[in-house]
Amino acid sequence: MSLALYRIDDRLIHGQVVVGWGQPLDVAFIVLVDDEVRESEWEQDLYRMGVPPQIDVIFASVAEAVARLDEWERDRRVGILLVGDLDTAEALVAQSNGIRRFNVGGIHHRAGRSERLRYVYLTDDEASRLKRLAGRGVEITAQDVPSARPIPLGEFT
Amino acid sequence: MSELRGVIVSHAAVADALVAAVAAITGIRDALVAISNEGCGNDALAERLRDAVGAGPAVLFVDLPGGSCLTSAARYAKHHADVAVVTGVNLAMLLDFVFHRDVAPADAARRAVDAGAKAIRVTAA
Repeated sequence: MSLALYRIDDRLIHGQVVVGWGQPLDVAFIVLVDDEVRESEWEQDLYRMGVPPQIDVIFASVAEAVARLDEWERDRRVGILLVGDLDTAEALVAQSNGIRRFNVGGIHHRAGRSERLRYVYLTDDEASRLKRLAGRGVEITAQDVPSARPIPLGEFT
Repeated sequence: MSELRGVIVSHAAVADALVAAVAAITGIRDALVAISNEGCGNDALAERLRDAVGAGPAVLFVDLPGGSCLTSAARYAKHHADVAVVTGVNLAMLLDFVFHRDVAPADAARRAVDAGAKAIRVTAA
């Protein structure tokens, strides 16, 4: 089936991903791309706790994700690919040719960021970086849960 | 030993509702603090946790056994030896907890799990 959702969410694996998206998409695997989590067994165990046993969780570094993206896209099962920040999303897009869309599911408040949506806070620089990603042919929308309207990038940057 | 504080960490307003229910049933209003993950990334939720726990020992009661509430609570407890984490919070475990707070956090956590589990049952039709 392939990866049904590419998502930027600073909470990584959590309820909206596993239940909100996972149930209606009938997700069989989640790929969590994060260089720090990839190096920490403790963090990986923590994230696994939130996932039912029938869903595989794959922890990958950016380099590993780039190498395995085609494999995951050819997988007959439905999968979700998660990144926690814009840096990782940019690196994946830059180093692979297969990513055509990103869902912004949660970038929360931090010093210097301003509210763009209830669940999306960005600095002006981050907004510009999202626009540059879109300029590379990546469709970017914001949508926290499947029942919400996908909001085009132009409406929140 | 100082009395434990209970910090409920939940989605939406679940924690607030549980604190209100405990107060309504027991009259105890100083044992529990509610935190919601509403609108929080990991950093903001960690800050809310730090503020809620304060200096003393505590048990963190998390709603689900996975997700952002648990990951934040577990990361906090990893660096604080006097903090224990319980998942699957329910009203029954909190009602027991508020009357048994003069023990170590790990002991209070085990007791809360027992009390909460005993409250889950299928009743006769």
